[in-house]
Amino acid sequence: MAAAGKRNRVQIRGAGVLADGFFLYGRYVRTSLKAQMQYRASFLMLTMGTFITTAAEFLGIWALFDRFSQLQGWSLPEVALLYGMAHISFSLSEALGRGFDVFPGMVKNGDFDRVLLRPRNTALQIAAKEVDLLRLGRLTQGVLVVGWALWTVKVDWTFPHVLLLIVSVLSGACLFIGLFVLQATLSFWTIESLEIANTLTYGGVETAQFPLEIYHHWFRRFFTFIVPLACLNYFPSLTLLGRPVPDGFPSYFPWMAPGICLAFLLLALGVWQFGVRHYHSTGS
Amino acid sequence: MPQIVVENLVKKFRVAERAPGMWGALRGVVRRRYRDVYALGGVSFSLEPGELVGYIGPNGAGKSTTVKILAGILVPDSGRCEVLGRVPWKQRVEHVRRIGVVFGQRTQLWWDLPAIESFELLRDVYRVDRSRYREKLDELVALLNLQPLLDVPVRQLSLGQRMRCDLTASLLHSPPLLFLDEPTIGLDAVTKLAVRDFVKKLNRERGVTVILTTHDMDDIEALCDRVVVIGEGKILCDGTLEELRTRVTTERWLTVDLLDENGSIEDPDVDVVSREGHRVRLRFDPERVSTADLVARIAANHPIHDLFVENPPIEEIIARLYGERDS
Amino acid sequence: MKPYWVVFGARFRALLQYRAAALAGVGTQLFWGVVRMMIFAAFYRSSTAPQPMTYPEVVTYIWLGQAMLLLVIFRADPDVKTMIDTGSVAYELARPLDLYTLWFFRALASRTAPVVLRIVPVLLFAGLLLGLQPPDSPLCALLWVVSTAAAAFLSAALSTLLTVSLLWTLAGEGINRMMFGLIWFLSGIVIPLPLFPDWLQPVLNFLPFRGLLDTPFRIYMNHIPTDRALLAIGHQLAWTVVFVILGRAILGVGKRRLVVQGG
Repeated sequence: MAAAGKRNRVQIRGAGVLADGFFLYGRYVRTSLKAQMQYRASFLMLTMGTFITTAAEFLGIWALFDRFSQLQGWSLPEVALLYGMAHISFSLSEALGRGFDVFPGMVKNGDFDRVLLRPRNTALQIAAKEVDLLRLGRLTQGVLVVGWALWTVKVDWTFPHVLLLIVSVLSGACLFIGLFVLQATLSFWTIESLEIANTLTYGGVETAQFPLEIYHHWFRRFFTFIVPLACLNYFPSLTLLGRPVPDGFPSYFPWMAPGICLAFLLLALGVWQFGVRHYHSTGS
Repeated sequence: MPQIVVENLVKKFRVAERAPGMWGALRGVVRRRYRDVYALGGVSFSLEPGELVGYIGPNGAGKSTTVKILAGILVPDSGRCEVLGRVPWKQRVEHVRRIGVVFGQRTQLWWDLPAIESFELLRDVYRVDRSRYREKLDELVALLNLQPLLDVPVRQLSLGQRMRCDLTASLLHSPPLLFLDEPTIGLDAVTKLAVRDFVKKLNRERGVTVILTTHDMDDIEALCDRVVVIGEGKILCDGTLEELRTRVTTERWLTVDLLDENGSIEDPDVDVVSREGHRVRLRFDPERVSTADLVARIAANHPIHDLFVENPPIEEIIARLYGERDS
Repeated sequence: MKPYWVVFGARFRALLQYRAAALAGVGTQLFWGVVRMMIFAAFYRSSTAPQPMTYPEVVTYIWLGQAMLLLVIFRADPDVKTMIDTGSVAYELARPLDLYTLWFFRALASRTAPVVLRIVPVLLFAGLLLGLQPPDSPLCALLWVVSTAAAAFLSAALSTLLTVSLLWTLAGEGINRMMFGLIWFLSGIVIPLPLFPDWLQPVLNFLPFRGLLDTPFRIYMNHIPTDRALLAIGHQLAWTVVFVILGRAILGVGKRRLVVQGG
């Protein structure tokens, strides 16, 4: 009886901590937005800027399809679906995880000490510190592209499929946030680590833009099992486009894909804690 | 029951060595050499609740390393440390909830927002009960004259104003222990006095334990009952200001204002420290010649306008202490 | 001139320190290059229509691009940005050196030092294992080196222009962000410029950005025949001069503005 009571109390405490964490995150977000809203003109300009540059990327792909007419059996609208999903996920992660993106600067000038002096989870504080509205540019572009793709290609719109699309995009954002977290964790060890991170984040988006099957098999394995980019958009879109799942994968694998992305984020947070512990013993 | 116990703290850092010149830089690309720097080589002391301690030492002596360890940011290589009954780095969240830290050089407030918003955010971070927060805020705002500043974005505040806000921010959650790291650096005289006044009140009336790290000797003389001097990672002296003085030297200084600018003081028991126009500073050892005798002798043998006896300035004491360490 | 070279040397040496970044950078670039190779391979497999470049040429283009990548990564000098944010740029103005030239040489060092660290391993790896072709002839190689030097100056001028624009904090940042993506894309690093639609080619030929990567690479592959190479190099230099003049002019205005505004 007492044990059950204690367990309940722990569960309630756990849920309370989580809710409390969300509440604090929301508070930070409001604060950050208020600060950014002060610069309205630049916000508009920057949004347009990112829209233009990301739109240019898609035009680049369009140009290639113009010359080559198809990509190993995939048509432009099908690739556009992959492209759009990747960019939406990425822009969401950029918006929410920007704190990790700018983290190296924080370590450099000692501001991380202040994070450690606050009685809250460090990852939460970093994530909440900067919420970047400017990602709207890329997000809009991604949405437009996906919209066009879905309008052009025949997709069997059942409720599970719609759910799959939405959940995949959201868990894809989790994946990219996980990559941002790993990138930030690197700066506990070395100051100038900016570039390698970009491999997997920006490089990841570029890789995920195209169907996985065009890559060499060891590459495919890496991006399915180690950094599960393929689970973000490739596998779910196979189901949406009615394409067969590759050999060796169960047919329900696309439905598991979002969970894999989420697991990646949780793993990344574990590595983050390890990095924080390292910081504790070496200072800045 | 001591609030802080520190025993034999040791902390070393690895620093990369950089060879000079272009050739050295290219060689450094291939192979890098490191050396160990001992920031702390066995530091021990303890603090009772309600003390106001000055922690002084030259740059690089280990002050900020000690403070970081006590705050739970850094983990020592060896040694024991207990603050408010906890090991700081082992229970970071609980520990940090009960301390306040102010860095003189870096603000903890949000740069683009009015101070009041930072305070409210911190209230949520520290989970302070709303009514308690209101009470505390009103109290601190009154003590530090913050009313006109609350709605001003922090980046528009002067250094003194920002410091007062930082002090407030660090006390919103009513910590029993406060770390102040160079709080008066760069401040104007009026604000310095206000800050000192505030800290004294905090300590004497509210019983908040304060550890003050500073280079400003006026701060020390105004505030600290107890002084801990650290040099090159070791404690050089730990006691009252008076004990520190006598530990280094028993000498006293005699400042004499001569009637004649061209005159001089000659006496076997004094050494001249400095000379500026009419004013001559002398030092003597009261154990060799009694102060009263010396004063009478000087006054009798020289035409003087005024004289007074004082202790050597604290900077002088500290400098000698460091010098002692070096030799 | 000497103090400027001292600044260059100091920054160059400082940047050579970052070995971890360089190593990571080489790894990154190999990765990127391989990904692009696979993407283009898949495209070339999917169509038999004749293209302005052959696949081996695309591979060479890609690897040269990876080796020279840092000429194209445009951010305004981050140290200068910090200086402007904190107001300590006032110290820079007080120095007895021409501010534009100072920043230009810093930019030059920032472009060349990282490249020096990476160019050898990347080219070696790519040449031995990944299909990078050697230059078409010794003359091509020589002209390529000249063109690359011109590209470095062009890159420095362009990024100094961006740095200068930071003096207008908000607008400057906006411009920086827009320009980065655009320059990145129009330099040929993502898609080789010859593969862009035919109707776009005249525009691309006029714009300065091809001078960063495309021009030197095509000289290397004899895509731009040697008799036309000097013209192309002239194009690079002309645009460099344009950016320098623009940069200096804007800096002049910016300096006055800074002095008036205070902190």
